[in-house]
Amino acid sequence: MLDAINWHSFFFLLFGALTCAFALGVLLSSNVVRMAFYLVISLASTAALFILAGATFVGAMQIMIYVGGTLVLLIFGVMLTAQAAFVSMKTKSSDWVLAALGGGMLLALLVVTALSVPEWRSPTRDAGQVAAVAGDSATQLGWSLVGVRVDKSNQPNALLRNGMSGYLLPFEIISMHLLVVLVGAAYLARTRKKVGVRVVGGVDEADSIPSSSMEVVR
Amino acid sequence: MNLLTQPVGVSHFLVIGAVMFVTGALCMATKRNALGILMGIELVLNGANINFVAFGSPYLREESLGLDGQLIALFVIVLAAAEAAVALAIALNFYNNHTTIDVDQADELKG
Repeated sequence: MLDAINWHSFFFLLFGALTCAFALGVLLSSNVVRMAFYLVISLASTAALFILAGATFVGAMQIMIYVGGTLVLLIFGVMLTAQAAFVSMKTKSSDWVLAALGGGMLLALLVVTALSVPEWRSPTRDAGQVAAVAGDSATQLGWSLVGVRVDKSNQPNALLRNGMSGYLLPFEIISMHLLVVLVGAAYLARTRKKVGVRVVGGVDEADSIPSSSMEVVR
Repeated sequence: MNLLTQPVGVSHFLVIGAVMFVTGALCMATKRNALGILMGIELVLNGANINFVAFGSPYLREESLGLDGQLIALFVIVLAAAEAAVALAIALNFYNNHTTIDVDQADELKG
């Protein structure tokens, strides 16, 4: 009986179930710290799914950039705003009903669409034979980022041979984009004097700010 | 048992992607914490990424997207990192100015 099990499918089901279960956990939990933790597990399982689909480099980048970078950033955000009142915020039950209705319909539509194409239901190639041909995609990805598509040179289908120019321009654009965005984020998040001075409990907050610190900020 | 013995196809990946997309969209719709909304965005982007990688996978289809699917997934990952940085800066700014992270309170621009 153990021989009949397709282990690729087994691990796909395992990590797929983990991904979906913890994604649902993010949705259903009202505690923001728990949500962050569930998101880490969900995205790490997604990386495993990428690797199972043959995209080993993308899976590694998912773990390094997403789980190691983006989520750490999010968790810092959670910690910086974690006051007792904001850790656990409940959603109204009427909102839940509407969300379940709309989400259920959207999910049913997407699942029916995904299962409706017969060619998509089972792989058209033998996995063992592909593994020998496809090899490691990291080198090909690196070449295509500098503008050379080594994977397309022996593509028999003329339609799929389009786009030989590679991804040099998008790569440059995304580099500049990342630089500008991170400078902008650092500018936005810097500490400065309060803009809209609010009156809380009859005491003007501007009075409580030491004048020396205001001068430093200016 | 049928699922365990049969090899998986593109459809299976698409179903996982659909579940992630829908949970992320509902997260964005129902959460009141601004950081919860950010987490919903991450889930939506990852659901899309699963689809790209599945369509580009050499294991699943004869004439797949090929390397393009993986490259788009990489670009999405990098853009998501940039988006998270800016959105977090905005959320922290909002928290500093209003001493709350509840997006229902963010209605100062309401006409």
